[in-house]
Amino acid sequence: MLRGRVFKFGDNISTDHIVPGRLAHLRSNLPELAKHVLEDADPTFVTRVKKGDFIVAGNNFGMGSSREHAPLVIKMAGVSAILVKSAARIFFRNAINLGLPILVCDTDKINDGDKLEVDLNQGIINDLTNGYQLTFKKIPKTMLAILEEGGLIPYIKKHGEIKL
Amino acid sequence: MGKTLAEKILSQKSQIGVCAGDIVIANIDLAFVQDTTGPLMVREFEAAGFKSLADKEHTILFLDHAAPSPNNQLSNDHIILRNFAHQKGSRLSDVGEGVCHQIVAESLAKPGDIIIGADSHTVTAGGLGAFATGMGSSDVAVTFAFGKTWLRVPESIKVLVNGILPKGVYAKDIILHLIGLIGADGATYQSLEFGGSTIDTMSMSGRLTIANMAIEAGAKVGLFASDEVTRNYLVDQARGNDYIPLAPDSDASYIKTIEIDAARIEPTVAKPHTVDNTALVTDLKGTKIQQVFIGTCTNGRLEDMAIVASILKGNKRHPETRVIIAPASKEVLLQSIAFGYLRTFIEAGAVILPPSCAACLGLHQGVLGNGEACLSTANRNFKGRMGNPDAFIYLASPATAAATAINGAITDPREVL
Repeated sequence: MLRGRVFKFGDNISTDHIVPGRLAHLRSNLPELAKHVLEDADPTFVTRVKKGDFIVAGNNFGMGSSREHAPLVIKMAGVSAILVKSAARIFFRNAINLGLPILVCDTDKINDGDKLEVDLNQGIINDLTNGYQLTFKKIPKTMLAILEEGGLIPYIKKHGEIKL
Repeated sequence: MGKTLAEKILSQKSQIGVCAGDIVIANIDLAFVQDTTGPLMVREFEAAGFKSLADKEHTILFLDHAAPSPNNQLSNDHIILRNFAHQKGSRLSDVGEGVCHQIVAESLAKPGDIIIGADSHTVTAGGLGAFATGMGSSDVAVTFAFGKTWLRVPESIKVLVNGILPKGVYAKDIILHLIGLIGADGATYQSLEFGGSTIDTMSMSGRLTIANMAIEAGAKVGLFASDEVTRNYLVDQARGNDYIPLAPDSDASYIKTIEIDAARIEPTVAKPHTVDNTALVTDLKGTKIQQVFIGTCTNGRLEDMAIVASILKGNKRHPETRVIIAPASKEVLLQSIAFGYLRTFIEAGAVILPPSCAACLGLHQGVLGNGEACLSTANRNFKGRMGNPDAFIYLASPATAAATAINGAITDPREVL
């Protein structure tokens, strides 16, 4: 069971909002890069986020670049899951490959600051602040197997290859 | 049931008949990283305990995003990649060769290939009929080691463009128009498959521009049939043997068909800060622009340079508008020199940058100041994209960019052609 507070964002949060190109020189210095996570969407996010918290957003989260650093710095910030109405394809795959749950659901009724409980096994999200319960879309089987091993590299180390 | 281009390529490569929604493990014909995604790939490759590459000849590391490097950190990243290439025996495309997607199109991509790149604009090679898509560093590390990856066969949207493009209207205007129509997530997870009489007669340069921006509608791939245009392009690149014909079946199944009348498209611009925020050039006329940037994997080809040269010839840039031009590859640069385009650019007051991504992603060579506006031929105008979240980026065709360079404000290219 995941528990934390909500940091709410809108539609079309791009990989440039999350880790802009101007910080490309920090990509081999991940702890330093992570200090800038989502800086161009909310400069106070990194100072307020705590381990276990959730990012909740609208449509097309993570649009743009293939830079895996985007979900990586979100994970490094302690975020336990990303809840979105929809996600960009590459970002979605990258998040799963890093073992970071990204859940597709109707996020409209979840507000900034709400306390959530997310049950990954049951597929249920409880908004403890407003008493609202919702379900998230099933993660495809291949990706769920990767997520359950903590990401693609741990999956490969365990299984030796990709299995369908 | 017939097959779409995506279904056809993935069926051939996975050696089973697949249709949309299936998941396959497919052999990969070409895999690459660039200098901002490569170091993380190296880290993941080592973390996985991989020792060697599955296919050295078809594994490439491109140094193009920070080329040449603007600081010591990125220089050190380049060292990581040069060492990896040297130790593992992969190919290396070093500083000065050009943008990965342009080199892939010129020298490497074949119709029917599956290409995986750690760069979202890997979709560009769809112009040649290759199933080319972007992935992250972990996926590409695994592909480097195994020579294969898993893929979900995408549903397809058919985009039919018919008719003759009016003067001053180009492939870039078609794709901006389409993205404005369907939105930045209008094709998420799907294949955009292009056809119609406009596409049939369109040059490879134009096809690559359209394929390049398929990702800006969220698409997994932007695919074109492989036809006589493809054959002629490959012959011109001295690789006619790489040609195979490829077309979707006439009874293939699409989730949607979008029809576009080319004759009704006008010069189009994407306004800050999303690519689907489009408007007609005529509605933005007079918007002051401090920097014009021409180049990138979207519009840095010879045909683009020729259009820009024809407009800039005998003209000077506006005194309050700086102009930056970066040919997308060494080949484009050499041909631009041979045709005299570079002289025209320099005489018009432009700055010439080496073949690379240059100013596109905001890490050097044309970072915008606070409140400044740039009109760019690139593919993204996200907040912060060109190095400054307090700046504004407009996207347009090379012709609109050149006309704007002369007037210092957004200008309809039809006024100067």
